[in-house]
Amino acid sequence: MADREERRFAEVSRESIKLMAESAGVELGDDVAGLLAEDVCYRLREATQSSSQFMRHAKRRKLTVEDFNRALRWSNVEAICGYGAQDALPFRSVKDGELYFVEDREINLVELALATNIPKGCAETMVRVNVSYLDGKGNLEPQGTVPSAVQSLSDDLLKYYQQITRAILGEDPHLMKVALLDLQSNSKIAALLPYFVYVISGVKSVSHDLEQLNRLLHMVKSLVQNPYLYLGSYVRSLVSSVMYCILEPLAASINPLNDHWTLRDYAALLLSHIFWTHGDLVSGLYHQILLSLQKVLSDPVRPLCSHYGAVVGLHALGWKAVERVLFPHLPAYWANLQAVLDDYSVSNAQVKADGHKVYGAILVAVERLLKMKALSLSQPVEGGSSAQVGSTMGSTGYRVSSPGLSPPPEPLTEAALGIASHLQAGGSGCPWEEWTPVPLPAMYSELYSFFGDSLAVRFSTGPGKGNYAPCNPSQVSNSRKEPSGATSNPDTTRKMPQLTANLNISPRQDGSPRMDPHPPSLAATGSGRSVARASSVQRSRSSSSRSGQRSTGLSRDVFPKARFTPPQTGPPVFSFLIGGRQMGRRCQGRRPFQTTFAPSASLPIPPRAYTHKLPVIGRVGKPVRRWTCSHYSLHLPL
Amino acid sequence: MAAVQGGLVDAVEEKTIKSEPVADATANNSANDARAPSSSPGSGVSPGVNKPAAGAAEDQQTLLAVLQFLRKNNLSESVEILRREAGLPEDSLDQKGGDSTGTGLGGPEADGRTDAGSLLSRVTVSSSAPSKAVAEDQPDVNVVLSAYSQQGDPALYEVYYSGLKKFIETVLDCHRAELSQVFYPLFVHMYLELVYNNHENKAKAFFEKFSGDQECYYQDDLRVLCSLTKKEHMRGNETLLDFRTSKFVLRISRDSYQLLKRHLQERQNNQIWNIIQEHLYIDIFDGMPRSKGQIDAMSGSLAGEAKREANKAKVYYGLLKEPEIELPLDDEDEEAENEEGKPKKKKPKKDNMGSKSKKQDPNAPSQTRIPLPELKDSDKLDKIMNMKEATKRIRLGPDNLPSICFYSFLNAYQGLTAVDLTDDSSLIAGGFADSTVRVWSVTPKKLRKVKSAADLNMIDKESDDVLERIMDEKTASESKILYGHSGPVYGISFSPDRNYLLSSSEDGTIRLWSLQTFTCLVGYKGHNYPVWDTQFSPHGYYFVSGGHDRVARLWATDHYQPLRMFSGHLADITCTRFHPNSNYVVTGSSDRTIRLWDVLNGNCVRIFTGHKGPIHALAFSPNGKFLASGATDGRVLLWDIGHGLMVGELKGHTDTIYSLRFSRDSEILASGSMDNTVRLWDATKAFDLETDDFTAATGHIHLQDNSQELLLGSYMTKSTPVIHLHFTRRNLLLAAGGYNP
Repeated sequence: MADREERRFAEVSRESIKLMAESAGVELGDDVAGLLAEDVCYRLREATQSSSQFMRHAKRRKLTVEDFNRALRWSNVEAICGYGAQDALPFRSVKDGELYFVEDREINLVELALATNIPKGCAETMVRVNVSYLDGKGNLEPQGTVPSAVQSLSDDLLKYYQQITRAILGEDPHLMKVALLDLQSNSKIAALLPYFVYVISGVKSVSHDLEQLNRLLHMVKSLVQNPYLYLGSYVRSLVSSVMYCILEPLAASINPLNDHWTLRDYAALLLSHIFWTHGDLVSGLYHQILLSLQKVLSDPVRPLCSHYGAVVGLHALGWKAVERVLFPHLPAYWANLQAVLDDYSVSNAQVKADGHKVYGAILVAVERLLKMKALSLSQPVEGGSSAQVGSTMGSTGYRVSSPGLSPPPEPLTEAALGIASHLQAGGSGCPWEEWTPVPLPAMYSELYSFFGDSLAVRFSTGPGKGNYAPCNPSQVSNSRKEPSGATSNPDTTRKMPQLTANLNISPRQDGSPRMDPHPPSLAATGSGRSVARASSVQRSRSSSSRSGQRSTGLSRDVFPKARFTPPQTGPPVFSFLIGGRQMGRRCQGRRPFQTTFAPSASLPIPPRAYTHKLPVIGRVGKPVRRWTCSHYSLHLPL
Repeated sequence: MAAVQGGLVDAVEEKTIKSEPVADATANNSANDARAPSSSPGSGVSPGVNKPAAGAAEDQQTLLAVLQFLRKNNLSESVEILRREAGLPEDSLDQKGGDSTGTGLGGPEADGRTDAGSLLSRVTVSSSAPSKAVAEDQPDVNVVLSAYSQQGDPALYEVYYSGLKKFIETVLDCHRAELSQVFYPLFVHMYLELVYNNHENKAKAFFEKFSGDQECYYQDDLRVLCSLTKKEHMRGNETLLDFRTSKFVLRISRDSYQLLKRHLQERQNNQIWNIIQEHLYIDIFDGMPRSKGQIDAMSGSLAGEAKREANKAKVYYGLLKEPEIELPLDDEDEEAENEEGKPKKKKPKKDNMGSKSKKQDPNAPSQTRIPLPELKDSDKLDKIMNMKEATKRIRLGPDNLPSICFYSFLNAYQGLTAVDLTDDSSLIAGGFADSTVRVWSVTPKKLRKVKSAADLNMIDKESDDVLERIMDEKTASESKILYGHSGPVYGISFSPDRNYLLSSSEDGTIRLWSLQTFTCLVGYKGHNYPVWDTQFSPHGYYFVSGGHDRVARLWATDHYQPLRMFSGHLADITCTRFHPNSNYVVTGSSDRTIRLWDVLNGNCVRIFTGHKGPIHALAFSPNGKFLASGATDGRVLLWDIGHGLMVGELKGHTDTIYSLRFSRDSEILASGSMDNTVRLWDATKAFDLETDDFTAATGHIHLQDNSQELLLGSYMTKSTPVIHLHFTRRNLLLAAGGYNP
């Protein structure tokens, strides 16, 4: 009983009474208010006590608003409306002053009027019996678990399920669209979720049919986007189905005529979408995804299309994933890829073409890695100095950083946080646990050793952002400052004027067809041959650079100079800045990567660098039509 | 069932009157209560008048009060009739009207009396304070309270109380426990006096200072009390009225009492002495003072312990003789046994059973004490089935525990509030918070409605399978929903013949549903307040209900008004059960007492105190000798009905017990609780004790704490509260509850 003092009942103060009276237009004296306050308190307690009886007889532990209203009604008091909502009412405090209040949101009366306590899409009330204890001893089932038959399908739901699956997997594309749309917005299909998930897990049985795979993936997307569905642990199942589409050497990919690349790209997008929207449902999901991607990547026996899937998947998961998994693996993987690309035999043509796809994907991935890393390094400085700049930075960095392959918006900070938390959540002993971030310059130099100048393009365009002229200089200097340290500071400042100077020369000088920053259909018709030729040159080039690297090679030595000493390698770097700016003006979104080649090609740089860039898209000896197609596949938006 | 009606009510009526002289003064009063309502306008008889009322002045006064009440409500005709029949002069009312007050006898079921009537019925005459209880009409609450107006110096209250406290702390140990009982009622009354006399701050200080000393099981009442700080609040506060209308009963040995008396007189402590005189009833017994444990076991109720004489009346707890059903049993049993290849083995056993049932149990009421419906052919068939099943019954024991099947109500988002199963376990019904009643068939046999009248005309009434033909095959389904209530359904009960279903609801009505047509047949109105529980008699026809109005009512299915009203509880009646011989009903209440009522004369024949929270589960043992009760305090108490004693306490549950059930042969007691467990207790062992004459005479019990020995098993459900338990005829335990994750 000593704690009686603390367990005092809630009291209504006379000030509150006065306030309420005032709001009703009545002036109350202190005495009256005091008396009223006390009476109100007493009546409240009385009502509370009698309401608990309704709770007890309803055999519940929780006192509901309904109970209280019943108590009020039986004591001839009007019931209180508006508190029947199922959501918990948040109790907030105002920062200045000790004021606490229940948040009173605007409520849609129509919704409220039609609301029932019964959740949507629930099955009928029913009785099920199970033998819990046989002879008072053995339990047939583990105790304390949930009965499995909580949900059972009504006839309507069953019919719905049949119709939907038939429509999606059927012939009529229009019907399919309708079905997918409904799946995306129907609020009553929670009970069907396991069934749909099961259908989707059927991807393994239709790996020969790209069309069906595509439809199933669309189904995944619809389910994921349905705001009424709680996916719960089904996320795991969905992810495994999607991963199958990304990574497996599908039967459909045996035939080179099948565009399984698109499927893989789409699946990768989906994967990242699931991860960003539902990743919190399954702990360690990110970890598992990364692990399986890494496993595929490090397995040389796997076909190139699997590797391609792994790279695209990593790319879709964000640059951190690329940095953690792809980048460390690159040296080892490069050798294999190089071997494929260097084999000119006719029998190898198909494989080589695949190799080019992988090469392209890797390039795109590391491009973004570099850009984002540079951005992330510059970010904290910006944010501290001025909020406005920071915000524009964020938005620009965002646009540049999402080249169509990563659909979910991932502002840098958020991405970094999310990934970090996931990594913390993950189990110990993972291969990348001892991973330490490589500083940007080192990373760049290493990547440069693989890709040569084709890489430089992206790096420069990324942080440069020529189209945001006013804040550009400071940003660039900042971003450069971080990685290169104090010594680079004068360099960058000195470089800036050069940048504008070069701008004048750039695209107009060259009349090459590739200057036209139009979709690849154009580029393809114009330069299919030349690209193919150039790619072979490039390959030999990169292989040599690679070997050079191994033996503390030439390119590595050369590179730092090229990068950080203005007299020698200044021109290429800055000329690409211009390219970036141009494309920023003309188009947005995913175009930059398609178009960047044109300006870079037109630049007055050594032929060595020029050739480097070409093979990105290159596929030798393929019919033009398919070539464009596969090119598209990298950027297909969904 | 139809056979009984008509004569029944009158027969009961007569008996009531005859038994009257036997009953003591208290019972007398209750008898009045019970009889008054049955003088329904329909019957045209006013039984209260037949009584030679002139003898007791008290009765005269009561009668006047009734008259005054009737007049106040403009029921001049009734006034006239009653006055004429009572032989009162016309002006008597006017003379006495001034000082007399309303009584609790107003029949609330009479139309046109809403609030006042029901309030009256709620605050009816309490058996323990007959004279006081007359004064309970709302406007006259001042009369009650005025007892508080005489007062001393408010500042001295604390001195008085702490003086007494000091005294009791210094007395001999053996007396201290007994005298400590005085603290709580004294504390409450002193507090109320302070409040009544507008010494608000003094009252608060007094509460602050001494509330901590009270026993923990009075917490709930103290909480109510503490919120009450103004004279105005005392009006209409039910808990307060309870305190006023009933004397708090204490049992104290003569020595202890003398000690207390001497002390108070020495100190001239009139304040306390007055309270003790006026508001406490001290039941003095000779002999050794009781120990603290003994006192604690029995106390805890709202109005103290039961008086010893309250439990002295004879209770016929024996079972009625089973009707003899012969031929078909032999034939079919023989056949069955022949099939199984072990003939004749059953013969001697059956003879045993026959002889047992022929012998009249000395404790059983006479077969015709209560008119019971005659058995129909279908009832006989059911009895035969029952007996056949009984031969296959598993004998349970500590080494042979029952299997448990759990009926989960899935997707019961609307809130499952009540469950019942038929005796043969073929149907299960659930009452829900959304006002619906749902019935499921748990056998493969589907539920079918009877055909419509037009279709019934078409069928061949002579055919052998006419019973099959009347059913409408199109309506066959696994479950049926019954709509009709307008509030949560808190109580539900199948009739023994499975033709009817009763449901009681928050809307104040009890509804009778037909399980042939799945429609509502009757709505029994009378409670006017939520009806918490209802149950059919084991012999059908009668049923009992109890609710928020504190009155339990006995009904017959073919009367729209109650046959009996059992009033005496000081708070809501939370559960009601029929004795296996249909001659008694038991009610549990929020006032933490259990009362056993005689259906014949409406008397309260047992008051059991000892629970520390509202009682939510009751169960008679199949032999009718014992009663088990479960409450929100998580304890099961066992009672010997014959001796009126507590015989056991089963501790183990951690939350409210909502269901109790004995196995068919009384070997096992199963309890189901809000804590998601079913627990099995060794009932044989728990009841295996000899009550010596001394205990029986004094009511002093010695409980040993052997809950752990008696607990045979504790079984977790899948996060589902257990709200109903049922033993099938073969002793399989069925449990039911709503799964709400």
